[in-house]
Amino acid sequence: MSARLNERLEALVRRIVSPPRLASVGLHLLAVGIALGFAVAVLAIILAAYGTSPGAVIDVVGQYALTSQGWTAMVNKATTYYLAGLAAAIGFRMFLFNIGIDGQYRLGVFAAAVVGAAVSLPMVLQIPLLIVVSCVVAGAYAAIAAYLKASRGVSEVISTIMLNAVATGIIAFLISPDRLGARDEGSNNTQTPLMAESGWMPSIPVPGLGDVYGFTLLAVLLGVGYWLVTERTRFGFEQTASGEAPRAALMGGTDPRRMIVATMVASGLIAGLVGLPELLGSPTHRYGIGFPAGLAWVGLSIAIIGRNHPIGVALGALLWAFLERCALPLDLIGVPKEVVAVVQATVVLAVVTSYQLVHGISDRNARRRAATYARRAVPVQEPA
Amino acid sequence: MSDTLQVSTPSGSTAGYAVELDGITKTYPGVVANDDVSLRVAPGTVHAVVGENGAGKSTLMKILYGAAKPDHGTLRVDGRDVSFSSPSDAIGVGIGMVFQHFKLADNLSVLDNVILGDEPMRRSRFGRIDREAAAVRIAEISERYGLAVDPHAMVRDLGVGSRQRVELIKVLFRGARILILDEPTALLTVQESADLLGRIRGLCEDGLTVVFISHHLDEVVGISDAITVMRAGRVVADVVPGETDVHELAVLMVGSEPAALPLRARGGERPARLQVTGISATTDSGGRLDDLRLEVGVGEIVGVAGVEGNGQDELVDALLGTLPLSAGSVILDGRDLAGESTAERRVGGIGCIPQDRQREGLLLDQPLWRSQLLGHLHDRRLARGRWLRIGAVRRAAEHVVATSDVRTPSIDLPASALSGGNQQKFIVGRELDAHPDLLVAAQPTRGVDVGAQRAIWTRLIAAAERGTGVLLISADLEELLTLSDRIVVMVRGTVVAVHDAETATVAEIGRSMTQAVA
Amino acid sequence: MSTPQLTKVAAPARPAPRRRRLSMWWVLIAVAVTLPVAAYLADAPDLTSAGLAGATLRFSVPILLAGLGGLWAERSGTLNLGLDGMMIIGSWTGAFVGLYYGPWAALLGGVVGGVLTGLLHAVVTLAWGVDQAIAGIVINMASIGVVRFLSSITFAEKDGGSISQSPALDTVPTVSLPGASWVLDPLGEAGVPFASAWARILTGLVTDVSVATIIGLLLVPVTWWALTHSRFGLHVRACGENPTAADSLGVSPYRVRYWSQAISGGLAGLGGAYLVVAASSVYREGQVAGRGFLGLATVLFGNWTPSGVLGGSLLFGFTDALSTRQAASVSALLLIGGAALALRALWLLRAGRRSEAWGNLAVGVAVLVWFVWGPPVPRELVIVAPYLTTLVVLVVARQALRPPAAVGVPYRRSDE
Repeated sequence: MSARLNERLEALVRRIVSPPRLASVGLHLLAVGIALGFAVAVLAIILAAYGTSPGAVIDVVGQYALTSQGWTAMVNKATTYYLAGLAAAIGFRMFLFNIGIDGQYRLGVFAAAVVGAAVSLPMVLQIPLLIVVSCVVAGAYAAIAAYLKASRGVSEVISTIMLNAVATGIIAFLISPDRLGARDEGSNNTQTPLMAESGWMPSIPVPGLGDVYGFTLLAVLLGVGYWLVTERTRFGFEQTASGEAPRAALMGGTDPRRMIVATMVASGLIAGLVGLPELLGSPTHRYGIGFPAGLAWVGLSIAIIGRNHPIGVALGALLWAFLERCALPLDLIGVPKEVVAVVQATVVLAVVTSYQLVHGISDRNARRRAATYARRAVPVQEPA
Repeated sequence: MSDTLQVSTPSGSTAGYAVELDGITKTYPGVVANDDVSLRVAPGTVHAVVGENGAGKSTLMKILYGAAKPDHGTLRVDGRDVSFSSPSDAIGVGIGMVFQHFKLADNLSVLDNVILGDEPMRRSRFGRIDREAAAVRIAEISERYGLAVDPHAMVRDLGVGSRQRVELIKVLFRGARILILDEPTALLTVQESADLLGRIRGLCEDGLTVVFISHHLDEVVGISDAITVMRAGRVVADVVPGETDVHELAVLMVGSEPAALPLRARGGERPARLQVTGISATTDSGGRLDDLRLEVGVGEIVGVAGVEGNGQDELVDALLGTLPLSAGSVILDGRDLAGESTAERRVGGIGCIPQDRQREGLLLDQPLWRSQLLGHLHDRRLARGRWLRIGAVRRAAEHVVATSDVRTPSIDLPASALSGGNQQKFIVGRELDAHPDLLVAAQPTRGVDVGAQRAIWTRLIAAAERGTGVLLISADLEELLTLSDRIVVMVRGTVVAVHDAETATVAEIGRSMTQAVA
Repeated sequence: MSTPQLTKVAAPARPAPRRRRLSMWWVLIAVAVTLPVAAYLADAPDLTSAGLAGATLRFSVPILLAGLGGLWAERSGTLNLGLDGMMIIGSWTGAFVGLYYGPWAALLGGVVGGVLTGLLHAVVTLAWGVDQAIAGIVINMASIGVVRFLSSITFAEKDGGSISQSPALDTVPTVSLPGASWVLDPLGEAGVPFASAWARILTGLVTDVSVATIIGLLLVPVTWWALTHSRFGLHVRACGENPTAADSLGVSPYRVRYWSQAISGGLAGLGGAYLVVAASSVYREGQVAGRGFLGLATVLFGNWTPSGVLGGSLLFGFTDALSTRQAASVSALLLIGGAALALRALWLLRAGRRSEAWGNLAVGVAVLVWFVWGPPVPRELVIVAPYLTTLVVLVVARQALRPPAAVGVPYRRSDE
């Protein structure tokens, strides 16, 4: 019994620290290092063009962005980005570009805001209800693109861009004051009515950090779930197989078209969560101008940076939020805050490129190892 | 090279050589593809280069065509030193290459494919391509060398034989005097091959020089003036066809007498394992099965011969349940599979070695052990409910690697790192470890070296001995004759002939393959 | 992350569809007949007004230029998702140059900005091997930041300019067909069935047309000619269909794709500059408004042909122009769309494609029912008309489309 346990433990350790695995982790870290170095270099060049010393930047960023309040805002913002990143990542697993995260999340959170204002259940029911409403609406909207892709072969890139525009129209139509929305006195902004208080999600007081969205905890759990599903379940494997070798999947009993639909809808379901931290957690509790378009691009970028891995996505989301946090302090010392967008794009590009580089290296290494091993195993026979 | 045989100079070419390669060495990560290789080709001759897969023939030809740069060594063409940095340089000195896998753009016309990169232009200010002039020249070439093809047809509408002709015209259009033909008969039928070989002789009589790569040794002995044999990146012999025979060449290529295969009692009455009763189906891409009938007995190996694209792929899909049938049924051990999904069939006893191992049999970018799950995702030992049993999957993969002689240092390496032969051995091992009742093996030894081929054959025979019914689909007629009990020939989605494998010959089967259907 | 698998998943073993060519003349005749009929039935005289025709042209050209840009990229085997970003950069560089050197230089400036962005896309995808879709996304993202950044150090410091807007710019001059109004005006007002409508539409198409519009339209035949008859065009098509084949004949896919992506960017940049000095007279943030993506969509449903791209952009331009006008005209769109779907259903039925036919018929009839009995189209939904139209067209037409075989597949010279 204990010998068996030992054996299992040993196998586990061997698996975790096996050379190819360590090499791959090391190379990944190397890739990230190269990328960040490159991004910092670009930033330094831009700053130099403004005659701003790096010291001054670090100073002002430390002073204004990295306060405890700053950290809280950053984590809260990152929660939203992280969810968008996961939604994009699950699509990427099958090489699907769900640009529709944008329209999906806004429709979802809009529906949740409307329901939240109209229904008032006890909190333990209300919050799950809102989550379900948002996810179902977003997932259903994603299903349109999924259907078009699977049955008609319409590229999801184009269809989701169109669907985003349509979603904007639908919300503009529904939110008008004579339908589902309301307009405050003296304000030009239409928004949904205030939600019932039972749908306000309590925030978590974190020592040294302040009040973090209650939803952040949920997001962490979602990351764990995401990892389990993609790495440990049949569904996750079927995704990988359908994405990388659709014919192989088909001959093994997995219908790649069904997987397209499932993956796109899953991405939509996660997209349904994107707006909720803000809606349930921030003091406004209404759907209005606080829910920007364009989150899909952020999500896709973060998924790219994070290599579709939940931890990577989380780090990417934090980086993204941090950079945005830096915008204002930069403005204070006379550097236009738009620099941040340029740096963000640079980071994505640098990460992709350096992964490409590293992937090439590790591929060549693997080939060399396999070839060397194969040659050693059996010497070439000379003719008699 | 101590064991290199004496070079015999082909008759009538004591003068300069058309091509001289000297001391060519080329290494890739972990592999020495060419090791101090020298090759001399006399003008106006057919010079064959033979060797196993991975012997370094293709690399050598790529170097001669400027598609790869040698690490060491010199090239001389018509006595002049040359150095190529791209194929255009090689084309410039009159070298043309016809690749084994045609390099044609399907949605361009024959004419556009031919003139690409060497377009005749109108003498006008706008630089308009002179397609009329090109058409005239193509017609001349077609006429002169008997290579008939419609220049205005779209390549996608052409058959294999016509595409081969387009490739030849492409090369001749550029005025090539030295032609490299890489396995030109690999995809052709017996008749088409004979036809092509005749044309190649014609080219030589016209003064052209041909470097000919093949592993059809009888073909090589029949057509060439000189033969260079390569093994493991080195030249092991230069021989003259008159002084050697197919068997001797084979031994030179492999380096030893091939190991004997285990004996197996063939033929005889066997209880039915698989019954295919008149199935019909059509695919979107125009493939079809037409009232196909077939039976595989317990422990029987049934070979399927046929020119590619005559329903073999569709047959595999029909058996696996990925192609809906419009008529007929597939019965395995008395059980009609009509209601069973692909997954159920795989669990229920059908194993499959797909013909395209990279696209259909492996996940190239994933660690090797993950490929163990392909087709076995519903195996209770590997997955419990919705959850994978990672440990069990890895152990299963380790077992395959250990017992099927898959040479890899670790199952954590990506599948793409393995050589073709090792990839294929992994797939064969994976499928046979599950002890299927029926094994559908499509081109199980395509593109692997002789060692791997023997290993795979041995395993197939062993599986049959244990009672597995094997449906062996192969383009290699020798393989079919070696392994099968019976050989069925498919033409246009149906079985047109059945041969007894112990008495049939390649020629007989070839005739059945090309016969017209009434 | 590569897109090749994508297409494979989407279309397992799709046959090469028969080229079903819709003659341009038939389309023209159909439009010429439909518009007056719809205008009459829907009581929307605006549908055949000179104003709408002119606006359609103005709205179409930027989309057309983006579409042609997409076409050049895709025919060479590159998916260019960054068209929108290239338009944005082009609109900024156009405005910047235009501020100093006038509208003609602005167009050139747009081209230059676009070419540079296109080359960036080429370097990223070809030299660094980054997935084409990701490269496009990055360019779109970066472009927004870059133009804001650039505006903040240029326009923001000028009179009438700000971080999101340039000072007023001169526009490209307009021309009218001499003598046209003398013939067309009286006929347009004469109230003759069909003929008057045609005269009004023609008036809109030949009076006060920006020279930039003419340049844009001329680029359609130029593109067609270049792709069909020039050496470079053949190289582009070969690289889009089978880059390995091209490479084996000494036509380097890398070189060809660098050029075609530069052209792609240049056309998109020209489209951006058009927005600045032809469609309006100022650079404004958000002016491009996703037209790059619409251009990409025209490539798809234009079946990768220049004339198809033109048709697609006119359709977008038309719905775009409509959405800024009377609601009655939009109702007419329902009528046209419903009727078109119903007709297509009949055609499909004749071709034996039953299930598709019923789907078309159902949607078509539903749309017609809405037109006859339903409520008027709400203002907010009018804005989405072009996008809905795109979706419908993509769904309806997709079956007959055939993209270049190598689109989205990164080319790597294998040296093994």
